[in-house]
Amino acid sequence: MILSVQGLTRHFGGIRALDGVDFTLGRGELVGIIGPNGSGKTTLFNVVTGIYRPDRGSVTLEGKGIAGLPPHEIARRGIARTFQNIRLFRELTVVDNVRVAYHPHVRYGPADALLRTEAFYQEERRTREQVEEFLTIFSLSDRRKELARNLSYGDQRRLEIARALSCWPRLLLLDEPAAGMNPSEVGKLMDLILRVRERFSLTVLLIEHQMRLVMGICERLIVMDFGQVIARGVPSEIQRDPRVVEAYLGKGGSNG
Amino acid sequence: MYALIALGYTMVYGIVRLINFAHGDVFMVGAFLALYAIERLGLPLPAVFVCAAAGCAALAVAIERLAYRPLRSAPKIAALITAIGVSLFLEYFTALHQVFGPNFYAFPRPFDVVSREFGGVTVTNIQGIIFLATLATLGGLQYVVYHTKVGRAMRAVSHDPVTAGLMGVNVNAVISFTFGLGAALAGVGGVLYGIAYPQINTFMGVMPGLKAFTAAVLGGIGSIPGAVLGALIMGQSETMTSAYLSSTYRDGIAFLILIAVLLVKPTGILGTARVEKV
Amino acid sequence: MTVRIPRVAGNILKALLPFCLLTATLLLLESREYLNPFWIRIIQLSCVVAVSALGLNLIYGFTGLFSLGHAAFYGVGAYTAALLMKGFVGAYGEESFLPAQAAFLGSLAAGGIAAALLACLVGLPTLRLTSDYLGIATLGFGVITKVLFDNADSFLPQLGGARGMTGIPRMTETPWVVAGLVAAILVARNLVHSTYGRALVAIREDEIAASTVGIDIFRYKVYGFTAGCAFAGVAGGLYAHLYTFLHPSNFDFLKSFDVLMIVVLGGLGNLSGTLVASFGWIFLLEGMRVLLPPEYIEFRWVIIPLLLIVTMLVRPQGLFGRREFPFLRGKVYR
Repeated sequence: MILSVQGLTRHFGGIRALDGVDFTLGRGELVGIIGPNGSGKTTLFNVVTGIYRPDRGSVTLEGKGIAGLPPHEIARRGIARTFQNIRLFRELTVVDNVRVAYHPHVRYGPADALLRTEAFYQEERRTREQVEEFLTIFSLSDRRKELARNLSYGDQRRLEIARALSCWPRLLLLDEPAAGMNPSEVGKLMDLILRVRERFSLTVLLIEHQMRLVMGICERLIVMDFGQVIARGVPSEIQRDPRVVEAYLGKGGSNG
Repeated sequence: MYALIALGYTMVYGIVRLINFAHGDVFMVGAFLALYAIERLGLPLPAVFVCAAAGCAALAVAIERLAYRPLRSAPKIAALITAIGVSLFLEYFTALHQVFGPNFYAFPRPFDVVSREFGGVTVTNIQGIIFLATLATLGGLQYVVYHTKVGRAMRAVSHDPVTAGLMGVNVNAVISFTFGLGAALAGVGGVLYGIAYPQINTFMGVMPGLKAFTAAVLGGIGSIPGAVLGALIMGQSETMTSAYLSSTYRDGIAFLILIAVLLVKPTGILGTARVEKV
Repeated sequence: MTVRIPRVAGNILKALLPFCLLTATLLLLESREYLNPFWIRIIQLSCVVAVSALGLNLIYGFTGLFSLGHAAFYGVGAYTAALLMKGFVGAYGEESFLPAQAAFLGSLAAGGIAAALLACLVGLPTLRLTSDYLGIATLGFGVITKVLFDNADSFLPQLGGARGMTGIPRMTETPWVVAGLVAAILVARNLVHSTYGRALVAIREDEIAASTVGIDIFRYKVYGFTAGCAFAGVAGGLYAHLYTFLHPSNFDFLKSFDVLMIVVLGGLGNLSGTLVASFGWIFLLEGMRVLLPPEYIEFRWVIIPLLLIVTMLVRPQGLFGRREFPFLRGKVYR
């Protein structure tokens, strides 16, 4: 088991964004979180990655509690994520966006950088090679010198995932990776996620509204509504679960 | 008195997120206009106020249209630097010999100073006038912002300019009006300053402007009652510092208080935090 | 270990080359009287201002921290260096050339360190604030520092307080300013084109995203801020020994604004732009003193704000966009 969330609660003013959320993730699993808008999915990600502290409850990564730690510390412990509203470093190039994620793993100090020692050049070369590898996997190599803000939407989403992977995480959190994509792009994304999980031995937790992707690649689903988990199970069960249907249709929320 | 200037800062910031550094100099212009009105035109006091307020409002609207409006879509820093540029320009242009000149001018007092004692505290009629004038303007402002159509429009634009525009609000006009209103207040402040401290010169707006701005931030920028609260705190702390420590520390104490407050309440005492969606 | 030393030694030699060239050229021009002392002075001042501006660019252009109190650190560096140098000269006299030069280096370093320490002090509480408020807080610190300078003679009479500090030895000559500028350029360039520089820019671009890729944003903000202020401190030390007189009014908000403007005009996050803008600004400011007829000398301060406003209206992103001079591109591959 790689991640365990227990009784996670978080309020914002009067709103209970998270209200006692429990679940576990096994190593190597590919799990999806679905639910109507406003059900707390992104807030869950934000609490797990340290952007918000929970009011109550715990988050345990590989046996160690991480709730309340700052985001950079959680990132160093092996959780990486993408964002619902793409947060790239817009004025940096594609290469640099990925390179920044390497920063905690870089093996030279400020003195090396200032004096331009051999260690500096070697490490920069090594970093660059790794980055190139990532870019190739994500089909971004030919756009390596482009500024992130000039990329197409689909490219930007892929770049964000590439950057997340540069942190060498054990757990990858994807927040609506397929948002705004057309069907063929979604298909390629599904492929990419599976390949990447395989190659880097990741556990993947994703939030998504596009049912094709969810049903297509998720091994297990967690359904949320009003900050709580209302159903869990394999996709085929969830599809038939009346509570889930009510949650979506009863509120006029989107469904696929 | 800082309150009047502070209000102008807070209103402009609330509506266009710009720190209008030139505001302090508008205050200065108000004082000079008043001087002109009294000496050359021989107007009675109420008319002087109107004259100064109107003149300052016109100036501010002109500045907004020429210097700030074209930069609405530029990075914020450009507008800020332009604001400082306008400020410097106003200061030095009026300091030229051909215009006002860099000297101090004696500001004629249209009436005599009378002191009265209220329970152990000496109050001059000047302070009384300042207090009353501030109160009156505050009341007027409160009315405008909360009870008129324009005021509603102002509040709408400060929340969300795009939607306000879509709802039929003439955003540009509202912004101009806000600038003008703030400047009118500053103009009134300038006249009051001239009455209280009978020496004016073209650089007099710098420190009061800075302090009023600090007062606005202290109280929470964008909040009208906050500006007044901030100004009160600043005024009091200054007087006390001059009395108990030495007056050379006076300028510094205001900022010290500001920083202390910002540490505890990063958006000022009455300010509202702008929440970012992650 | 034997691989490291030649590389660094090679780098140092490569750094010495421009230094020697520039210094030699300037000294030659000066001795042959192609440049009169007035213009030499302007060039020297430009170098000093450029060092300070590079620092502010690190803080604001690269890390995105809106600091309006840069002059305070400039001042702290100036007073610290001046105090130490005066002390040295007072103790050992002015005759000893080489020891005096060494002492000068030491006092410049001390100035930089003093500024850095103050930066940490100021930064720890304020760097958690958002942009506009950070600006106001740093502005406040700037004013407080100036007030302290004004009253400095009450706890250290040599600092002169509001009367100003006099009697500072004239140590800043052309070789020093060139060395200072070359060093500053190299430090800035090498820092920016490394993982540290990239981390700082990431913070500027998107703090939250930066934190989720493992960058400790607060710590690095402090690093960036401290580094930039150290530049200002060293520049201040050079300044003090150029004009040999310090007055608190030299370090007020207007001075902070001066250098902010240079950084913005040159282009935020662009080192070449900062250099060009520094020299351009000083030349413009001082040059106008010469070019304008005497009755209109005050028009300087009217023309300049107007130019400023026009420039902002026409090209708000600054002179240079992303392109840098070749020597500033900082290749990281061999």
